Amino acid sequence: MIICERKPIDEIKSFIDGKKKVLLVGCRGCVTVCNAGGTKEVEILAALLRLDAQKDGKELTVDEFTLERQCDPEYVDELADLVSKGYDAILSMACSVGPQFLSRRYPKERVYPSLNTCFIGGALAHGVWAEHCQACGNCVIHIYGGLCPVSRCSKSIMNGPCGGSSNGVCEISKEVECVWHLIASKFMDEGRLAEFAPIQPIKDWSKSRDGGPRKIVREELVK
Amino acid sequence: MTREIKTKSNLERVLASGAFAVTGELGPPRSADGSEVAHKAKHLVGNVDSVNITDNQTAVVRMSSMAAGLLVQREGLQCNMQMVTRDRNRIAIQSDIMGAYALGINNLLCLTGDHQKFGDHPQSKNVFDMDAIGLIQAVKSMRDDGRLLSGQELPPEGRPKIFIGAAYNPFADPEKYRIHRTAKKVEAGVDFLQSQCIYDMPRFRAFMKEAVDMGLTEKAYFMAGVTPFKNLGMARYMQKNVPGILVPDDFVNRLKAAPKDKQAEEGMKIAAEQIEEFKTMPGLKGVHLMLIEWEHMVPEFVKLCNLTPRP
Amino acid sequence: MSDFEPKIIAFCCQYCAYNAADTAGSMRLQYTPNVEIVLIPCSGRFDVILALKALESGADGVYVAGCLEGGCHFLDGNIRARKRVVYLQNELKKIGLEPERLAMVNVSASQGPQFAAYVDEFAGVVKGLGPSPIKKHLAA
Repeated sequence: MIICERKPIDEIKSFIDGKKKVLLVGCRGCVTVCNAGGTKEVEILAALLRLDAQKDGKELTVDEFTLERQCDPEYVDELADLVSKGYDAILSMACSVGPQFLSRRYPKERVYPSLNTCFIGGALAHGVWAEHCQACGNCVIHIYGGLCPVSRCSKSIMNGPCGGSSNGVCEISKEVECVWHLIASKFMDEGRLAEFAPIQPIKDWSKSRDGGPRKIVREELVK
Repeated sequence: MTREIKTKSNLERVLASGAFAVTGELGPPRSADGSEVAHKAKHLVGNVDSVNITDNQTAVVRMSSMAAGLLVQREGLQCNMQMVTRDRNRIAIQSDIMGAYALGINNLLCLTGDHQKFGDHPQSKNVFDMDAIGLIQAVKSMRDDGRLLSGQELPPEGRPKIFIGAAYNPFADPEKYRIHRTAKKVEAGVDFLQSQCIYDMPRFRAFMKEAVDMGLTEKAYFMAGVTPFKNLGMARYMQKNVPGILVPDDFVNRLKAAPKDKQAEEGMKIAAEQIEEFKTMPGLKGVHLMLIEWEHMVPEFVKLCNLTPRP
Repeated sequence: MSDFEPKIIAFCCQYCAYNAADTAGSMRLQYTPNVEIVLIPCSGRFDVILALKALESGADGVYVAGCLEGGCHFLDGNIRARKRVVYLQNELKKIGLEPERLAMVNVSASQGPQFAAYVDEFAGVVKGLGPSPIKKHLAA
């Protein structure tokens, strides 16, 4: 899923400074699962913003609404009635697709992101997420024993590990495990080194973000 | 062992002759003042066969390795231009290789490069279009097949005749895998390999034996990295803090036993003893001296090790 | 300021703190009358939203009382509650509300006198902080 993190509250406050009526929109997709922008997080942020305003004697209404998803126009449409009530600002609590879809559907509204979109990852434990994919557009994890060097190696090297691998962790931080240590150890433990010997060629990044913004069109689905 | 000479590299000439080769290392300044490079190079001329010019080492911005390499070559010493893939994509890499060769650079050391996280510009975007092994392949393809990575051909007179180098680290983790990664560099087409500083002689011996047994030393020239300890503190620091570098207690104790003003001397003595062993170690063809910010000691050190005059 | 009587909402676990409050009562111990006790099945049921709603409605302080560490009927409800309290204290600090308006204690069912003392202490802290700035504007 896409892992997000709430922006610092001061930054969010700066978005709505001087505004009186704010709509906070959550998303029941990825950000609900990673506890960043679901109904509950919307409720918490709304309460914090209200408390903050109240303590300073400022007038502020924060309405809350959580959509099924912010990345599908059908769901974004559901906000139409609410938006027509007139808000000074709309805060999206989705990944960065959310504020963009809201802006596109409601072009007159001032839409702000209240999350930072961090990475594509999974939960290692409750409350702990780690990056596992960089959307390079051409998955090769089968070559690497089910582990991804593109997203999990700090240098995305295709023939590792580099000299910065120490005791299973990366030179950049003890918090970052060296994926190449895992890959090499796995092949050695399984006695499959011969299988692992070929040099992996220089990667073609054209299907990655380097090829420009990407788009998929599935003709059989397009009406 | 006689090998075909592929380039005008002095280092290749020495290695192919069967003589024990010596390379040095020079870090360009964080400055646009070329005279500093020339000044450092003076200590190395005549004492080493070629000198590595580091490429923004530890991701700290310094004068470009190509420019500093040329300044060194003006002093009469060939350089091993280091190139990291951290800062260049394949377009810049191939372009720089052509340019470097056109300007008279014959040796290129292919490296992935340190991550910028601990450099002086951690905010920067890195490239890593390819790793060191990809870089070796790219240079080899340009030199031997006359082809760019795109497949486009270079004219015969336009092929960069580069002597291709790379680094190997016998002790980084996972240690058992290190020989296999080195083997990949050899397979990719590297001509010479320089190691990180070696202190643990028994383990290095074991590593070299593996390299010989796998036939790697027949395909590429292996050189051992040497850095004399300046003092006890440095030995202790390297022992504790530098991943992939193993400093035996024995060396630390010898430095400890020496009076403070004699520690540098003892450090050089230890290194000289190591070099004596390297000279006869099967499969090993030379040493790479890394006297970082201690370049002025090189003349004295190579004399102590009986490495001069250079062939 | 001296005549300010704070309004405190205490979320008390039914296995310990709620009984401790009972014990204090049956021992006829005097403690601050400003506390409204809310029974929760475990301090693990405490959620930051409960505290936020209480503060938004004008509470001057919010108190969470759970079992002694290691004594949670549901193993680690009190540990989780503590983490939520710390999290919310940090958030309150960031919006400029005194984090001391939120606190958590651990008591056992038999610790009536301790419970009374803790509540008095917390009430003293809140009294020292003065009325919640939220309440001031709610009234206005």
